[in-house]
Amino acid sequence: MDEVTDLLAIELSHLNKVKPVLLGDTLTKLEVIHDLSLVIPKGEVLALIGPSGSGKSTLLRMINRMEEPTSGSILLYGSDIQHMNVRKLRRRVGMVSQTPALLPGTIEENISYGPKLRGEPCDAAHFLDLVGLEKSLLQRPASALSIGQQQRMSIARALANNPEVLLLDEPTSALDQTAARNIINLICHLSHRLALTVIMVTHVMEHAKAVATRIALLVHGSLIEEGEAVEFFSDPTTEAGRKFLRGELFESGD
Amino acid sequence: METSSYIHISNLDLVIALVFVAITILLSYWQRLGLERDIAIGTVRTFLQLLTVGFVLQQLFTATHWVWVILALAIMTTVASHNAVKRQAGSKQGLFMIMTVAIAAAGAITLLLVIGVILRVRPWYQPQYIIPIAGMIIGNAMNGAALVVNRLHSELILRRNEVEAMLALGATAKQAAGEALRESLRTAMMPTINSMMTVGLVQLPGMMTGQIISGANPLDAVRYQIVVMLMIAAATGVTAIISAFGALGVFFTPNHQLSLRLELGKHWDEYIAKSKNL
Repeated sequence: MDEVTDLLAIELSHLNKVKPVLLGDTLTKLEVIHDLSLVIPKGEVLALIGPSGSGKSTLLRMINRMEEPTSGSILLYGSDIQHMNVRKLRRRVGMVSQTPALLPGTIEENISYGPKLRGEPCDAAHFLDLVGLEKSLLQRPASALSIGQQQRMSIARALANNPEVLLLDEPTSALDQTAARNIINLICHLSHRLALTVIMVTHVMEHAKAVATRIALLVHGSLIEEGEAVEFFSDPTTEAGRKFLRGELFESGD
Repeated sequence: METSSYIHISNLDLVIALVFVAITILLSYWQRLGLERDIAIGTVRTFLQLLTVGFVLQQLFTATHWVWVILALAIMTTVASHNAVKRQAGSKQGLFMIMTVAIAAAGAITLLLVIGVILRVRPWYQPQYIIPIAGMIIGNAMNGAALVVNRLHSELILRRNEVEAMLALGATAKQAAGEALRESLRTAMMPTINSMMTVGLVQLPGMMTGQIISGANPLDAVRYQIVVMLMIAAATGVTAIISAFGALGVFFTPNHQLSLRLELGKHWDEYIAKSKNL
């Protein structure tokens, strides 16, 4: 039993999330996630795909408890995250947002932010090197970086906490094509080198194909299709999956 | 310098003062400002409110009992925090309690020092001293509380991405709100600091003017004003910091998440009411 839980980084079971949303000036309730169960084995890179508004980001944000599920449970290596100290959980489960967030100060201060909160030392140069940025940048303000570099720095900052799981919320959506491809290559490289478990939300099929070992397809908050990336890309089992591969499911706005 | 003989204003004098109102109303009519009604209402309210306060104060001064003074302070604090809450942009839920505690605490600390130690008023509840001084403290504390919470609310919305990045790295709500908190406190303190910079240069503060008209030596009046300026700065600072930390408790959840309240704004109350009915 213990061996099994050791192999499963994340287990989501019967997750539901109902959120209040404002449509114009009226408050309505939206079922963002519907009875979702999914396991993510250790060391896998899961691409969470689906049209915009399908609940991908919400699902991601529940895994490091930036939001709470309405019902259901999330286990991290067999332990329910509801019973964990939130801040300890967030150190173990890092997150990188869509638009890079710059903290005040130098690049070094940005990268060492997490460890410094706990009074631990941080080899910022090492993490900068890990994401392919020059060490000479350490003392520059974070705002001096290009947006692509800022996103690299955000990844370095998340890695500086030595997380076991890394959550990436459309990490390339704010970037141009070249910068986006570089970030995807970096994520590929890092997941191999650090044996990280990665969950990446994306709506770009090429990116999912380039980086993912597993795929989960969400539509309207429900898990439609899930499995090995290789199998999914060669022979998707659902109509929604085939649509996704033809690029039809996206930009539907929802 | 024992003179307390000053010129009194008779009822007839008050009626004559209505000429000022006539001038203002004519101005509004002439320039089509449409403010005639407001000016009239403002005039009536000025008369009613001030005459009522004058009457209440007179009663208070003749009664000179600590119970009445405490009651007056409590009413002043309640009205002040009610006003500070009214000036908030989003949902007002939970803010009244926070601001009442903040204003009361700042008032207690500063009054203790001014009445008890600097002026050494004995007995402490002599209305002549404690009521006007408390009025100035509570009035400024109210502005401080209103400004700091309003600014914190908008800063957290503005800095959402940055704040969530820090939370995601393991920061507490307080740590993640650090910059927003500092910015809000600066905003709340600025009017007080600015008035310390210019006091006496452009206009004389109301209390000092009043003392001088009542026959006080200007150098004595100035000493009072210095104490008043310093005490107002402290009261504003203390109120702002207590309100801000209190407000963090409603803008974040106990699990170090930004509250949905920031997203829903005024609809937050509706959401809370609906969730309870489920």
